[in-house]
Amino acid sequence: MSSKNEALVDQNSSESRKVSLYAKHSKAYPRFLNKGSFRRLKWLVTTILLAIFWITPWIRWDRGPGAASQAILLDLPGRRAYFFAIEIWPQEVYYLTGLLIIAALSLFFVSALLGRVWCGFACFQTVWTDLFVWIEQTFEGDRNRRMQRDNAPWSTDKLLRKSGTQVCWIIISLLTGWGFVLYFDNAPTLTRDLLTGQASINAYGFMALFSVFPYLLAGFAREQVCIYMCPYSRFQSAMFDEHSLIVSYEAWRGEPRGKLTGAVQGRAAAAVFDGRGHCVDCKMCVQVCPTGIDIRNGSQLACIGCALCVDACNSVMDRVGLPRGLISYDSSFNQMGRAKGETVVKTRLWRPRTFLYLALIALVGFVMAYSLSTRKTFDANVLHERSPVYVELSGNRIRNGYTLKILNMVRQDGHFRLTLEGVPDATMTIIGASGEGLSSVDLTTAPDEVGTFRLFITAPKTSLKSNKSDLTLVLTDLDSGRIVRHRNLFAGPDLE
Amino acid sequence: MANAEKDPVSGQYTTGHEWDGIKELNTPLPRWWVIVFYITIVWAVGYCVLYPSWPTLNGYWAGTLGWHSRTQVAQEIEQAKSAKAVYLSKIQDSSLEDIVKDKDLLNFAMAGGRSVFNENCAACHGVGGVGAYGFPNLADDQWLWGGALDDIRTTITYGIRNTNPNSRQSEMPAWGGGDPLTDAQLDSLAEYVLSLSKNSTNPAVAQQGAPIFAERCSPCHGEAGEGSQAVGAPALAAGIWLYKGKSQKAEIISQIKNPKGGVMPSWTDRGLDEATIKTLAVYVHSLGGGK
Repeated sequence: MSSKNEALVDQNSSESRKVSLYAKHSKAYPRFLNKGSFRRLKWLVTTILLAIFWITPWIRWDRGPGAASQAILLDLPGRRAYFFAIEIWPQEVYYLTGLLIIAALSLFFVSALLGRVWCGFACFQTVWTDLFVWIEQTFEGDRNRRMQRDNAPWSTDKLLRKSGTQVCWIIISLLTGWGFVLYFDNAPTLTRDLLTGQASINAYGFMALFSVFPYLLAGFAREQVCIYMCPYSRFQSAMFDEHSLIVSYEAWRGEPRGKLTGAVQGRAAAAVFDGRGHCVDCKMCVQVCPTGIDIRNGSQLACIGCALCVDACNSVMDRVGLPRGLISYDSSFNQMGRAKGETVVKTRLWRPRTFLYLALIALVGFVMAYSLSTRKTFDANVLHERSPVYVELSGNRIRNGYTLKILNMVRQDGHFRLTLEGVPDATMTIIGASGEGLSSVDLTTAPDEVGTFRLFITAPKTSLKSNKSDLTLVLTDLDSGRIVRHRNLFAGPDLE
Repeated sequence: MANAEKDPVSGQYTTGHEWDGIKELNTPLPRWWVIVFYITIVWAVGYCVLYPSWPTLNGYWAGTLGWHSRTQVAQEIEQAKSAKAVYLSKIQDSSLEDIVKDKDLLNFAMAGGRSVFNENCAACHGVGGVGAYGFPNLADDQWLWGGALDDIRTTITYGIRNTNPNSRQSEMPAWGGGDPLTDAQLDSLAEYVLSLSKNSTNPAVAQQGAPIFAERCSPCHGEAGEGSQAVGAPALAAGIWLYKGKSQKAEIISQIKNPKGGVMPSWTDRGLDEATIKTLAVYVHSLGGGK
């Protein structure tokens, strides 16, 4: 941040001037240096992540006739989430909570080990911004050309180049919106409907929304998102410790910095650096930075840990014949050692913090895996009728009404047997089913549906010991033999 | 805006604000952020002009778009009505038996009947037909005027003991006051009535009431107290009392001496149409006691 403030001050060096509380946005022109090991890693990660984003909805998964055939699908109108063989019902949304907890812990874990690698490589803001900057550079040239052209008056050349950038941005944005909505409906049919104008207003609306986001955020807002909108940069210091590998500038080696005068070639030139720092003040690290900061000011909240400055500095160090790593992924603990001239061989990866994160991830993962593997194939909800709470029938009998819901969570007919426990001589009548006064009822629920049954239970007054008796409804899955017991109550009049 | 002063430690400018020697550093907000804030203010002004917003001395500013939440509700009600019309016309044309057999119509009638019941019937009969003193429970298995679908429909349509010419009519005579029954006779008769549902505490006295019951009560209430739905005479053997009290015997004596007869309005006279009454009949029938 301070580099930006200095830039502000430069505009008016008089100390008595008025300071604005608002900063004019100065566009960052990241230099897209297409070489270096971190740059290659970034391309690899971007390719893999974008491929996952666009290909995933097209993976098919056979769930039988009439069922959704998309491997990963969030069916909001149907109230189902599909993940390959797993099918989640709304009441099982805690699996999502588990996933989010694992995601948060993984972020902490990775941050403690490697700093903000999530921000630098995997965050969608970074992935799309990086892609958009590359397009901008492809059409409009490198950093210096872009800055010159932006300041120059409009010309045919400028118009054509700018249009090329915009067209590509818009195409990618639309593809992004399209890719996003595919997760919420059957990809092939939705794509056909979108193209032929048959899709719902919701589908078009969300596609438009998620097209506008990448266009504005990756095209224009860029680093402003990371600096002003994203909360992560604000609490990153709580995630790091002195052993975290973060993008570090070796100030002890680089300072005092100075421009290199005259040609320097090969190792013979090492003598030039006697009595001064290794930083040649070429500002390459600043130029390539996607958030426009100067890493030489130390770790700061605008640094997203993308390591592009590491690549840039290494290429310069190679050229002037100095050892690489003036800017590198290193821990502040190691840096202190190096500054004192010690030889640092390895970084302490196993620390209480990283161990705890890993243990928690394993624990949550184990709990989720266990609950998924023992997931119920059916469940029952029983609602006791509230008015009337009970009904007195002729012959000194009491009747209670219930609504029974059976959740059949498999793709075949569910066959269940309902019996009662707790109230002697209680019998059942189900509205719409044959037979009255039964002690055991067989019920069928359609595949992947909730079967709702109105249930009347009648018992002689002599069976009741108080105005509230415990009644247990026992539901047995006739196919698997699994049993769900549901405790409820049987109400009656006050007994003298 | 304030006088610029540079903080020697951080190298940052201060805002010029100072509290007890502590100076605030200036970390400028991006200007576009502030502009967005101004845009929201402009938006709010536009909103105030277009939509109902400010109170005036004799009303309120209605907005240039003329939007009103009531108009919107009225439109939505119209939409709901036209959506329901399809089902209601089907119900109008179907017999009650056919409605119950058709799953869609049954569901519609149950849901529609429920809301009509809560609006019109629950005041006396209670939510879910639970009943009250003098107002029959509609969920039990005893019916004064019949619990078949058609009986229920007739009762709702014309009502009971009202001025509608087709209203169900009956009146229980008063028997007390020495002529023709003395207090002692009333006591034994009440005891006998209780014994019909095995609730008598004094079998000897109850036995004395048997001939009186056979002579005076059985024409309407039946020889074994099974009741008669033709005249709305309750079954006395069921153990279910329309006028239920702490001392059931006192309630029975009171009813014999000074009979009460409940009145129910005719709901065609009250403005319910035929289809609505059909949905009501289906709903009441489903409460648990339907025959």
